[in-house]
Amino acid sequence: MESVIERIQKGHFSHFHGGIHPPEQKFLTSTKPIASAQIPEQLIIPVRQHIGQAGDIIVAVGDKVLKGQALSASNSPMQLPVHAPTSGIISAIENAVIPHPSGLSELCIIITPDHEDTWRKRTICPDHHLLSKDQILEKIANSGIAGMGGAGFPTQVKVSTLAKINYLIINAAECEPYITADDLLIQEHSPTVLDGIKILDHLLAPKNILIGIEDNKAKAIETLQKATADIAHIHVCVIPTKYPSGGEKQLIKILTNQEVPSGVLPSSLGIVMQNVATCFAIADAVINDTPLIKRVVTVSGQALDKPQNIWSLIGTPVGFLTQHCDYKNRQHKHLIMGGPMMGFSLSNDQIPVIKSTNCILAPSEAEIESPYSTGTKEVECIRCGQCADVCPAQLLPQELQWSAKAKDQQQLTKLNLFDCIECGACAYVCPSQIPLVHYYRVAKAEIRQQKLLDIKAEKAKVRFEARKERLEREKIARAEKHKKAAEARKARMNSGTSEAKTEKSAVAAALARVKAKKAQASTDDHKINSEPESTNEQASDKKDQVANAIARAKAKKLAKQAQLKEGQATENLTTDNDKEASISAKLDNVTVSDKKAKVAAAIAKAKAKKLQQAENSNDSLSTDTQAKSDEDKKAKVAAAVAKAKAKAKAKAAERTQDDKPDVLVANDNVASAIDVDASSAKIDIASTQSAAELKKARIAATIEKAKAKAKAKSSLTEETIKTEAKSSLAEETIKTEATAITEAPIPGAAELKKAKVAAAVAKAKAKKLAAQAQKVAEPENSEQGDDDNVIASATDSKKARIAAAVAKAKAKKLAADTNKSPTSE
Amino acid sequence: MAFWIASSPHNHQQSETSGLMRLVIYATIPGIFAQWYFFGWGNLIHIAMAITIVLVAEFAVLSLREKKIRPQLFDGSAILTAVLLGISLPALAPWWITIIGSLFAIIVVKQLYGGLGHNPFNPAMAAYVMLLISFPVQMTQWQPPLPLLAIDLQFADTLSLIFSGYTPQGYSVEQIRTHVDGFTMATPLDTVKTNITLGLTVVESMESPIIGKHFGIGWEWINAGFLLGGLFLLTKKAIHWTTPLSFLTSLFICSFIAFILSPDSSASTMFHWFSGATMLGAFFILTDPVSGATSVKGRLIFGALAGLLVYLIRKFGGYPDAVAFAVLLCNMAAPLIDQYTRPRTYGHNLGVKK
Repeated sequence: MESVIERIQKGHFSHFHGGIHPPEQKFLTSTKPIASAQIPEQLIIPVRQHIGQAGDIIVAVGDKVLKGQALSASNSPMQLPVHAPTSGIISAIENAVIPHPSGLSELCIIITPDHEDTWRKRTICPDHHLLSKDQILEKIANSGIAGMGGAGFPTQVKVSTLAKINYLIINAAECEPYITADDLLIQEHSPTVLDGIKILDHLLAPKNILIGIEDNKAKAIETLQKATADIAHIHVCVIPTKYPSGGEKQLIKILTNQEVPSGVLPSSLGIVMQNVATCFAIADAVINDTPLIKRVVTVSGQALDKPQNIWSLIGTPVGFLTQHCDYKNRQHKHLIMGGPMMGFSLSNDQIPVIKSTNCILAPSEAEIESPYSTGTKEVECIRCGQCADVCPAQLLPQELQWSAKAKDQQQLTKLNLFDCIECGACAYVCPSQIPLVHYYRVAKAEIRQQKLLDIKAEKAKVRFEARKERLEREKIARAEKHKKAAEARKARMNSGTSEAKTEKSAVAAALARVKAKKAQASTDDHKINSEPESTNEQASDKKDQVANAIARAKAKKLAKQAQLKEGQATENLTTDNDKEASISAKLDNVTVSDKKAKVAAAIAKAKAKKLQQAENSNDSLSTDTQAKSDEDKKAKVAAAVAKAKAKAKAKAAERTQDDKPDVLVANDNVASAIDVDASSAKIDIASTQSAAELKKARIAATIEKAKAKAKAKSSLTEETIKTEAKSSLAEETIKTEATAITEAPIPGAAELKKAKVAAAVAKAKAKKLAAQAQKVAEPENSEQGDDDNVIASATDSKKARIAAAVAKAKAKKLAADTNKSPTSE
Repeated sequence: MAFWIASSPHNHQQSETSGLMRLVIYATIPGIFAQWYFFGWGNLIHIAMAITIVLVAEFAVLSLREKKIRPQLFDGSAILTAVLLGISLPALAPWWITIIGSLFAIIVVKQLYGGLGHNPFNPAMAAYVMLLISFPVQMTQWQPPLPLLAIDLQFADTLSLIFSGYTPQGYSVEQIRTHVDGFTMATPLDTVKTNITLGLTVVESMESPIIGKHFGIGWEWINAGFLLGGLFLLTKKAIHWTTPLSFLTSLFICSFIAFILSPDSSASTMFHWFSGATMLGAFFILTDPVSGATSVKGRLIFGALAGLLVYLIRKFGGYPDAVAFAVLLCNMAAPLIDQYTRPRTYGHNLGVKK
């Protein structure tokens, strides 16, 4: 322990590995006094200026604030408040670009100064010995003091360490080129700096205080030596100039020959390091009750006419300072915050000075001709190893670079990438001009990102497993609960109380009811099927049968339609040449129909005629007949639809005979349109289940049918007879039907009936019209029968057959009408 | 008004790889001058040819690889390879030896491995070894120093010998190598080696006319020239002191031990230092950063290993000189050496240190 001090007193220092000697350029500003603070038009104060969390904002836009007034409050040691650097009005609290290499925006408080510079009330404390340690710590924390050397670590956290401190090291090395802020601060304000050191001495009670200062600051060294001459345990250590001796770890190595283990704070070695500027701020805060609202900033570089150190208010835009130093307006502005080795470029000059800003560099283009600034001339690494020679952390920059390029994160971690202090010495010497530090920064960011993702994934996994476990647990608990409840119920029922009995009897009754129902169902099935086998099977069998029948019918009908369509197609193709041939082909199609079905249809015909008459004379009678069952209705409607379709087709055939291909095409269109209408109507009907709905649908279908007919007819009439009157009549019919349609949807039996009657009337009218227009009826007749047959055979029930017969009857009547009409015409 | 955005550091010492290469090329001048003085124009012709060929080869490969041609073609690395190859070749080797060697060095050894910075072997030495193994006759036709030649060898004669195998007067390379007394002259190293196998002592070998007063006429001066160039590079910090020091020390120690043990069959330490390609190897070949070790400790091991290998091959191997073989073997070992000589990072493994 003592030997270290002896060694220092002899002027022997140990060395850290590597290091470089870049041009110092300190002469630009080191001989000029610090200029006093000017108040800019606007102050931009980032809420977070240190390592840690931002304080909670306690002011609002429009508030008038006094100089030194806190703008944010802190609740934890890692939160630091910020203060108003001058009196003024808070004009905004918004995101603004902060001084950070990323150029990102963060929340800032923007103050418009009133230029009166009115202080808040201060209590001066001339002797810090009157204050307790806690009071001093509180003052330091409330003044928002963070390390002013660059990192910005909350000072109060650093000095409240409980570890036993051997060495308090005051860092006045200022190894970066250009920067003279600390140098000038010592030259001009050594008493205050010394006060700060004494306060720290009081707080930490270190065995020795070492002030590390590079030997290129003769004046400051002299001042310090004079000031500390009478204090035995303060040693001014004049160390050789070498970059980066101002790095915390490097300075510790130089002064104490100790290495700070990786990932450990120096306090574990009994060492605390504070920057000179921080000492000044501590003294100002404790003695003068002045929070950290201003600092010395070196504004240097050959692009400035008057480079100098300036007392700058925190939040002063950089542009204000460079203007003050006569920044020549050039095409390419290059402003660096910090020194040339570790500083970062600024994207604009409205970025504010913060607590850790020690330098604004405005170099001329010739001055810093770095390949990293003027466009990269990077070539391949030749493994010359110069970077490894200068690395103060004794890393292997060239190997790190390979791994960074290959994104080998594992290898990077193995090569201790995170021990890189980003001093830039390796990139400074690299003959291949590889921006090494940049590669490391990117790699570090990627590794951090990956770590975050890994943590996230791990958390998600834990969450998922916890959920799975919980669900399993709940399932078991539920089963347990049910089991218990059942047991409890059983116990209760068997307990013998009256309540239990009623409960028991209720359950028994319910069970009996269910049994009875089941029995009844089985007997019903027996009755229907007369079979002693399982009722369930029977029911499903029956259902299957019906379904099969329907399917069969549908298939048949489809086949027929296809046949017909084919016939039509051939017609279309051969209209010009083989008219007669096509007709015969059609007739052939017709004869294909089932004879058996025909016979059945014929039998039904007679019955249908009777029904038809009844319908004509008395509507109620027909409705009664129709209302027999749902199926009956359905079938009937289907038949009607089929009829309509058939008719339309027949008409198409008719047109072929009339030697008018154009019309034929038109009719075909109509026919297909009807087809579509009819089929859609059918689908509607099929989907409806209740009787009323079925009825309604039926009416609608009839109307549709009539309408279609009328349409077909009107087109026909236009072509053949060319009488305007008739077409208008057809239109009228359609209108009548339209009224019927509007009436149809209204529920109620009476109205339905009415509508039906109306529809029937309309139908009749339409039929008449059609009859007048028609010339040939035979093919229609036969086709009609054909379609009917399909339905009849498909439904496989008498009722359906009757419906078909009704339809046939109607068709016959129609045919009869048409037979008559040519004679009348 | 645009703001420059750049990553730190914003300062640079303004050194360039091409500058480094240029410096090394300049440093070969004393050695080349000695070569010219004692052996005539042969090596200069080979150097010139090699430079032309490597530039053409480099240009072709860079075009094929779609790389930036201008900066890489003139970064000096290819030219340095050509210079080193030209220096190493026998002065009167036929022209196609240079062409094959140069093409092999650039296309196979350098570019096929990924170009500058990626080649595991020193291109010049790899090419030299390839030539030595493939064309042993041409590659061992070492020209005796000019003072010993019966024929006056001018520039035109040398040129003619390299391109046609005969001088304009009709002398072949073999005839030129023949001493007035009727025996073929070899290099000092070769002479010593042959004499030892013939049962002669080293002291007796030292009386051979080829050896001269010290360690071989011409060769001692060539080595002195390269030593001078090497010292220049050291002062310029273009090369690191570790490799040459450990190499020469290692060679010195090996030869010294052998000399102590058996002075009759072992050449002196200084003979080893100042004959063959010792100094060229120490300062110009082994210091090639690309194919060497990187850390200080690694370089010390690398150099020591090379010294040991040179001595062992010279003493026990089939070839009189061994620098090229030793270099290639060390190149192979370099990654392993690097792996085990990583420096201790600041703040790591502190317990080991204490």
